[in-house]
Amino acid sequence: MSAHLPITLSVNGEELTRRVEPRETLADFLRRDLGLTGTHAGCEMGACGACLVMLDGLPVHACLIFAVQAAGATIQTVEGLTESAAIADLQSVFHTRNALQCGFCTPGMLVAAHGLLSRCAMPSREEIRDALSGNYCRCTGYEAIVDAIETVARRRAGEAASSMAEEPA
Amino acid sequence: MNAPLGALDRPNSYIGRSVSRPNAARLLAGRGRYVTDLVLLRMLHVAFLRSPYAHARIVSIDAEAARAMPGVRLVATGPDLARLCTPWTGTLDHFKGMKSAPQLPLPIEEVLWSGQAVVAIVAETRAQAEDAAEAVTVAFEELPAVVEVDHARAPGADRAALAVADNLCFGSRLDTGGIDGVFADAAHVVEEEFHFGRHTAVTLEPRAILADWDPSEGKLTVHHATQTPYQFQDLYSRHYGIPEASVRVVAPDIGGSFGMKLHVYPEDMAVVGLSMLCGRPVKYVADRIEAFVSDIHARDHRVRARMALDDDGTILAMDVDDVTAIGAFSTYPRTSAVEGNQVIRLMGAPYRFHSYRAELSVVFQNKVQTSQYRAVGHPIACAVTERLVDLAAAKVGLDPVAMRERNLIADDAYPCASPTGYQFEALSHQASLAKLKAMMDYDGLRAEQAALRQRGIHRGIGIASFVEISNPSPAFYGIGGARISAQDGAILTVTPSGEVRCQISVTEQGQGTETIVGQVVADQLGVPRERVRVITGDTETTPHGGATWACRGAGIGGETALQAARKLRGNVLAIAASILQAQAGELDMRDGVVVDAASGTERVSLSEVARIAYFRSDTLPRDLSAQLSVAHHHAPQGYPFAFTNGVQGCHVELDVETGFVKILKHWVVEDCGRIINPLLVDEQVRGGVVQGLGAAFFEECRYDENGQLTNGSLADYLVPMACEMPDIVVGHIETPTADTELGAKGCGEAGTAAASAAALNAVNDAMSPFGARIAQIPMTPARLLKALGTI
Repeated sequence: MSAHLPITLSVNGEELTRRVEPRETLADFLRRDLGLTGTHAGCEMGACGACLVMLDGLPVHACLIFAVQAAGATIQTVEGLTESAAIADLQSVFHTRNALQCGFCTPGMLVAAHGLLSRCAMPSREEIRDALSGNYCRCTGYEAIVDAIETVARRRAGEAASSMAEEPA
Repeated sequence: MNAPLGALDRPNSYIGRSVSRPNAARLLAGRGRYVTDLVLLRMLHVAFLRSPYAHARIVSIDAEAARAMPGVRLVATGPDLARLCTPWTGTLDHFKGMKSAPQLPLPIEEVLWSGQAVVAIVAETRAQAEDAAEAVTVAFEELPAVVEVDHARAPGADRAALAVADNLCFGSRLDTGGIDGVFADAAHVVEEEFHFGRHTAVTLEPRAILADWDPSEGKLTVHHATQTPYQFQDLYSRHYGIPEASVRVVAPDIGGSFGMKLHVYPEDMAVVGLSMLCGRPVKYVADRIEAFVSDIHARDHRVRARMALDDDGTILAMDVDDVTAIGAFSTYPRTSAVEGNQVIRLMGAPYRFHSYRAELSVVFQNKVQTSQYRAVGHPIACAVTERLVDLAAAKVGLDPVAMRERNLIADDAYPCASPTGYQFEALSHQASLAKLKAMMDYDGLRAEQAALRQRGIHRGIGIASFVEISNPSPAFYGIGGARISAQDGAILTVTPSGEVRCQISVTEQGQGTETIVGQVVADQLGVPRERVRVITGDTETTPHGGATWACRGAGIGGETALQAARKLRGNVLAIAASILQAQAGELDMRDGVVVDAASGTERVSLSEVARIAYFRSDTLPRDLSAQLSVAHHHAPQGYPFAFTNGVQGCHVELDVETGFVKILKHWVVEDCGRIINPLLVDEQVRGGVVQGLGAAFFEECRYDENGQLTNGSLADYLVPMACEMPDIVVGHIETPTADTELGAKGCGEAGTAAASAAALNAVNDAMSPFGARIAQIPMTPARLLKALGTI
């Protein structure tokens, strides 16, 4: 309840300055102050992964940090990742594979998958399952999500390989 | 495989095709609109002060300090809301002798479980409301808590609710007669005492509701994360005395439900009254800890059961005693007795025997209510039956598959009835088992198991046949006096541009209801799927219907859409015939174009028919009434339920040193009749299996002796994670119901119905070399080590 504090940060490519309560989480800030409701609050204790956002290039639980701690940070939410088309292939394959049902975990899943494929281009199914273990999904049983991420990894590797092959000798 | 309903080679034929869900695109883009996300002008937020005791009397409430806190607009207690809202009682007339205490939005004298909401604090922000809640002082006088089920049943036991005479909510008995004689004469008898833990839905989006009372026109709008908006429209209308037409319930995107969000919760009823008291919108979103102590729980059964067999392993009889503890109230309006009722009626359902006796006791205790959650009763009946079948197989010396082959109802024996009174139209247990056996390479797995045992690796194989209830008729709730519809309605319109709008009463929670309705309409009308927009979840824009529960979306909602589409197609072709001066019977509509049925020659587009009907009716004959909207209702007729069936196989590896189980693979063969969309059916089955495996290995609401939930957070309550779950192979047999043109039955419960049973049998199979056995789920490592005698 103490006084609001000013913070400046980058969200989805836009520089913003806002005044926030010190106790306000980043998740609440994104959802309530910025209207970015694609970031979901499922457990508010860092267990379920529905609130994952990219913070300075890494997936972070937006429910576990305060908005004031994000001052100066660069944040991408599912909305920003959608607009920049950074996860367009993941979204497309999630759609065709039906790797979502109610969709509440989905933004967090996409961010987790984006983070995984950024650090490991060709994960095995076990590695995908392991990487998703901080993301609860109650609807799908996970298999379709694992399939979708595996498919995207293969496609990206295939595209990378073919673009290398097309390089002039 | 049955012949497809539509001609699948036609470009606009969709029934039986794996197509993706149009409405999933917005969810993938983070553009879902869940109740949690909604903001209305001048919206207030409510926080609830909850009882710290499992059972107590409210002596006094002092909220003066809270009322003076920043942002607080209202502090309300039981009497404040009781002046607006009439009480409700969770009983159904066809459950004879059932009783439960009446409930109010907030209690006045007595709290009945730890976590029950007592005081509502409404403020400008949720944080302000929570701050103020800390300033409310409630003096409680603690009363004896009734926690353990046998204590609750003992003569002279303390009562869980002072308003009811004793702790028996409901009792029921089924008896075909002569059971004691059958058991006395049987060559073999196997028996077991089973324990099924309490668990809960854990939807990723917790319960959320936003009530908006407009006193100027006496209109209530409730944005409610629920499966059943029409049921709530009726309840808000009747309990708050508002005309039905002045109550609008909107269910937008829902973050999971699984049955949990179709019950009346005191907080939800309170929010409506709080909005009326404030004259402003009031929003409540349960946080995760509140969800654990106030969402319905499920299961919590102790079943003592035995099975009688003749000397060649033929099942002769079952004798079952089910005791289930349901919390302090029976849930409204569907009650907390339906699960037990389905447990005793689904026992032994896949098998051919005629002698049956069952006793059901539904017992009050001071915990949060249990009620209908995915696969109501099925997992318990299935696990008890299938474990007894495995015990019987071992006793008789038969392989578990051979035991089932001997006893399953033959695929050519239908129609027939179960000894518990269920009528089966047509099931496919034998074909399903044969298919499962092949899919699993059952014999190969058995050979591998034997070889690995020599090396100290203990794998187990479990099989579980099941029957699932779907497409419920009014026999489910209507005859019990509940205003829960068994019919559905649709309004289907060709728009002026020749697009199609379908407003239908079945609802969407991600399972794909809107998608399959769109497929059926596109297929039966003869238009591209992209031109059909399906609208659900709003009582103001869709006809009243049962909505989505008990696997009725495809079977009843799909048939409603089919009949509506055929009606509209007839109207379109009549108008087209008039325009073309042709005979309607010689025309067809394909891909949005009216064609000569015989030659396929294109005659006129649907958009042109619509243009003429809407804007140039002067060019049509006077006696032609162009009806480009149709309204149609459909209620199930024929069998009271459309039963489905299937069989599951589970392959596990047990570490006998640690008690940890690795689930290696899981197989399902299921028969939901006509498959409208194979992709969506398979994902329903997989999701259901994982909820069943969660119950089998991880999920349990654990209480201490004082009735306090000790693991009510997502760090403590174990939800199945991706790394623990196996790949799940799904196969199908298709036996359409003849009660409808569409022939579809449900598939949403199938996975959950038998997964825990298959897992229980698999773990017991793995433990068999040690002479150990377990009959309790979840099968935690500690329980398995105890079963193995290690601890």
